[in-house]
Amino acid sequence: MGFVWFWIVAVMLTAYVVLDGFDLGVGILFPLLANTEEQRRLMIRSIGPVWDGNEVWLLAAGGTLYFAFPLLYASSFSGFYLPLMIVLWLLILRGVGLELRMHIDDEVWRTFFDGCFFVASALLAVFFGAALANVIRGVPLGADHYFFLPLWTDWLPGAKPGILDWYTVIGGLVALVALAVHGALWLAVKVSGDLEAKAVRAVRRLWPALLVITGISVPATMIVRPAVLNNYEHYPILFIIPVAVVGALAAMRYLVGRNALGAFLASCGYLIFMLVGAAAGLYPRLLPSSTDATRDITIQEAMAGPYALHVGLLWWTFGILLALLYFITSYSMFRGKVSEQDSGYGH
Amino acid sequence: MDTLLLDRIHFAFTITFHYLFPQLTMGLALLIVIMKVLSLRPGGEAWNQAARFWAKIFAINFLLGVVTGIPMEFQFGTNWSEFSRLTGGVIGQPLAMEGVFSFFLESTFLGLFLFGEKRLSRVAHVGAAAMVWLGSWISGFFIIVTNAWMQHPVAYRILPNGTYDVTSFTGLLFNPWAWREYAHNMCAAVVTASFVVAATGAYYLLARKHEASGRLFVKMGVVAGLISCALQIFPTGDLQGKFAAQHQPAAIAGMEGLFHSEAGAPIVLIGQPDETTQHIDNPIVVNKVLSFLIYGTTAAEVKGLDQFPRDQWPSALPLLFYSYHIMAGLGTWFLLLMAAAAFALWRSRLYQTRWLLWPILLSFPLPYIATTAGWMTTEIGRQPWLVYGLLRTSQGYSTHVSAGNTLFTLLGFLGMYSVLSILWIILVYRLIEAGPEMEDAKLAPLTLTA
Repeated sequence: MGFVWFWIVAVMLTAYVVLDGFDLGVGILFPLLANTEEQRRLMIRSIGPVWDGNEVWLLAAGGTLYFAFPLLYASSFSGFYLPLMIVLWLLILRGVGLELRMHIDDEVWRTFFDGCFFVASALLAVFFGAALANVIRGVPLGADHYFFLPLWTDWLPGAKPGILDWYTVIGGLVALVALAVHGALWLAVKVSGDLEAKAVRAVRRLWPALLVITGISVPATMIVRPAVLNNYEHYPILFIIPVAVVGALAAMRYLVGRNALGAFLASCGYLIFMLVGAAAGLYPRLLPSSTDATRDITIQEAMAGPYALHVGLLWWTFGILLALLYFITSYSMFRGKVSEQDSGYGH
Repeated sequence: MDTLLLDRIHFAFTITFHYLFPQLTMGLALLIVIMKVLSLRPGGEAWNQAARFWAKIFAINFLLGVVTGIPMEFQFGTNWSEFSRLTGGVIGQPLAMEGVFSFFLESTFLGLFLFGEKRLSRVAHVGAAAMVWLGSWISGFFIIVTNAWMQHPVAYRILPNGTYDVTSFTGLLFNPWAWREYAHNMCAAVVTASFVVAATGAYYLLARKHEASGRLFVKMGVVAGLISCALQIFPTGDLQGKFAAQHQPAAIAGMEGLFHSEAGAPIVLIGQPDETTQHIDNPIVVNKVLSFLIYGTTAAEVKGLDQFPRDQWPSALPLLFYSYHIMAGLGTWFLLLMAAAAFALWRSRLYQTRWLLWPILLSFPLPYIATTAGWMTTEIGRQPWLVYGLLRTSQGYSTHVSAGNTLFTLLGFLGMYSVLSILWIILVYRLIEAGPEMEDAKLAPLTLTA
């Protein structure tokens, strides 16, 4: 049962990264790609109908984590106190920036909210990447399974790490570049004309950076946490995951400009395999200790009672099927390119 | 300042601010469905226009509800980690279900509702509105189930490691406290929305602009307001009060300011409780009413605070007393005002009776205050327990997070929410000024979901 819930949470978080990832990416590229107000509107409109639903995956994953692994939720949320609060503020700024920019037709008003949207999107990507890197690196868990990390200490992932050190900053940069590429590939699917061409160019320019930073992150992880390889050594079949990452990267580069949807799906694949690779390295740990492996928070220690998890599986399956139905409805009603003629209410 | 107090202020502030938005959107969702249904009748276009107008107000409030709601789900872990660790096996369940069953539904159908009017048939558009209403009320249900378990823990066992585990899924969801609290709370949401709709209409009539819409809004607000204000007191308030008197007698004694047990206990309408002398200063009382309200007979004995050890008294007694009295006093005012307005409406005189339109306009903030005071009554009444009778509030907070960090984020939220308040005022004011007849093209569209 613990195995099932580990992967349920992992899948929900992956769904969040893949879905909200492209609208974060659009936010990161927002001031870089759009020169005119029409282009800005197009970019917003390409994610307008879906971003809120995408963000729900984060909430649903958070709730599911709380329910299935209360100890992990308690330990990690209080231990990552400051960065989580900053993430909350950024989510507020981003949602407000995205939704309110159009409310008043005034350049100062719009510029302010555009700034909020861009800064919050970029910082969210960095924080999410750094958060995952923190989990992989491990945290100094106490005997009571709690810890508290400041934002930074000496930038070294040693005995007294901060949220940010050289390793987690690399994680943040991977997320920043990967989501920017992901957002650009989404734009290439959803917009046409000049903006589409710019999105394709952006992918071509960012792709080498993504390749390099992904390449750096792998040996960096092995230095910081050699134990991630244990599962891979026991089950060599898992090495298919890094191969798939490379394949997705290659497909992304090949397909961009040729097949927009294919390239976007390749980027989804890249994100999925990166996250699955991390999850496979962690299992059966949920949050490793950076100081003493006996203090690792494992599935066994953190999971809720068997009855709760059993009943949960029933309603969760039913609820997620409903959610998928909603997503299919919403994305199919919104399929195709957005054009400048589209407007909001009732059209 | 100690961390526990800061954590309590942190949660109280963020939840109070957050709930300003859902209490309107949950009530308004229902009223919008009613407007949409009325619009299906021949000649119902005016109701459709009204629904479109309120959908815009709804969208702004929904957005602020969403962005201020996300911190709530995180705060159980960040600031109340011991509570989460111990009780996650029980209340994690309804919280996770809220995300899975409500948020996906709401976010999808709100998009279809706001942007699909031309794409969907008229009936399907009503259906989309109904789904938004359903989603928001499901969300409210799971939150109430969570709170109800803290008020009146049921269907649990304690595992050897000290954590709580749920033993019956249906027992948890159908906690007898939950449905009483849910009925009272959802009714309150309709009261808030009714007053906002009626007050907007009253403003239009008093300002002599958008008068056709003004009449429609006043009519709808007053009718929905009268019904919801009556239901708010009886049966929902009555049911919850009686149930609380059975299961949280110390809270009831604190709410009523009853220091000493008494047969034929009086109700205190106004007064100032003094905890040291255990006495209400300057009381205005009505004899025997409290006994009657709780037990249905004027002779019954009501337990006073003297029946409970001091360490089980509600820890903020005067605040509890005032919260309850503000809620109950305002509730009475709402019923009187709406009854008077409904009478004038029935006699076809309301739209011209300016002295009655004025209090309708000026009363629009009061349901927000009453609802907040009601929640303060529930939550302060529960003190000193976090889970009633099982876990004290002082055992639940994150001991690893220092007071300095908590204050830092509390100040951050204060600043952030100040900005949101200003934006809310600007945007809602603009919409109300522009009025329901405003062409959509002139008001730039929202992008929220579809």
